[in-house]
Amino acid sequence: MQRKAVSLISGGLDSLLATKAIMEQGIHVEGINFFTGFCVEGHTHAIRKKDKAKPKRNNALWVAEKLGIKLHIIDIVDEYKDVVINPKHGYGANLNPCLDCKIFMVHKAFEWIKKNNFDFIITGEVMGQRPMSQRKQTMPIISHESGAEDLLLRPLCAKNLPETKAEREGWVNRDQLFDFSGRSRKPQIQLAKKYGFEDYAQPAGGCCFLTDENYSVKLQDLWDNRGEKKYDLDDIMLLKVGRHIRPRPDYKIIMAREEGETRFLSGYKKQFQSIKTTSHAGPLALIDGPPLDQDQIELASAIIARFSKGKNADRVELDYSLPGSEPQTVSVKPLQPSEIPQNWYLL
Amino acid sequence: MVTQVDARRLLCPMPVIRLQDTIQELPLDSIVEITCTDPGVKNDIPAWCKINGQRVEQILEQDDEIIISVRKLNND
Ligand code: SF4
Repeated sequence: MQRKAVSLISGGLDSLLATKAIMEQGIHVEGINFFTGFCVEGHTHAIRKKDKAKPKRNNALWVAEKLGIKLHIIDIVDEYKDVVINPKHGYGANLNPCLDCKIFMVHKAFEWIKKNNFDFIITGEVMGQRPMSQRKQTMPIISHESGAEDLLLRPLCAKNLPETKAEREGWVNRDQLFDFSGRSRKPQIQLAKKYGFEDYAQPAGGCCFLTDENYSVKLQDLWDNRGEKKYDLDDIMLLKVGRHIRPRPDYKIIMAREEGETRFLSGYKKQFQSIKTTSHAGPLALIDGPPLDQDQIELASAIIARFSKGKNADRVELDYSLPGSEPQTVSVKPLQPSEIPQNWYLL
Repeated sequence: MVTQVDARRLLCPMPVIRLQDTIQELPLDSIVEITCTDPGVKNDIPAWCKINGQRVEQILEQDDEIIISVRKLNND
């Protein structure tokens, strides 16, 4: 009887290798990939024109294609909020709740194998590779708290860990698994070579924006100024785009930095207040907050005008629009760079 | 019958997820026509179709929109 495993595919090299190693042992493997909303993907480059040269591909799909396996992409945006907002095991260096995240994903995979009659779960985890989620002590925590227990196999470091059911039952041969540990990427690169994989993605920090310092600062700012830890998909998408300036606690300006971002932000004009220069070329900006009063419309406009071609002009005209109403024309003197305090800029 | 999916403004992989979830509910040989604005779908939807045994019938680009027709060939 052919055994079946589901593999957590992040799109990076480790999950590619771990999956391949198990497929080589004659196991039927399908991939599972979770969309949290924070994932770093080709699309983020798709927004910014300057990144146009980078391939706009979804790495998880690419990995599945390379391996010739099915991939199930699962939207967990809503359920994942609790992981980000209340991580039981805390955050890493930024707002990345890696340990809780891993537990959650393995738990979801565990539910998936029960529903789909698969035998076990594999991940590309390597011991000691990441400071928070991949330490020796955390491996059993993930297995246990996810509920997967010994149905979770990590092919790349299995030999450093207790035997799992797949090994015990002889579904896979433990001798052909690996004992990778530590931060060195050499063994993985060698194994990739052996399997003939080239051109794989090498995510810098991690698999998502939560490991990014600038991103985390903006997310924390959002929570601080809303007075509660809450977000929706639009919030976290918009944190990936544009220049963010908060002149007052109750609102924030999100300003396009180039054409691609302008196009992306335009899609939100029906939901957000927006300001756009009319007398000079300049960026489109959204206002995240309650409707502005006249003073704030003028202040926001003067800030936006500073980033327009009319930054040295005496007056710049702009249109301020509330969703669903006619634009109101505003005329302002652009602020000078020194008039915009540094702490208004969110990294 | 053609099932329309509006994935405008959604960034990858959301259009792929919408396509996947729609196709799951349909009988074999159905056609799904998905309208997107993220150019990433030009890679991602064909890749998804390939690994899941579905077929891209057509990719049309109109202004800033990309319309992809997919035929369901595989049920599992
Ligand atoms: S980097 Fe992001 S996706 Fe990866 S484990 Fe950490 S929180 Fe989860």
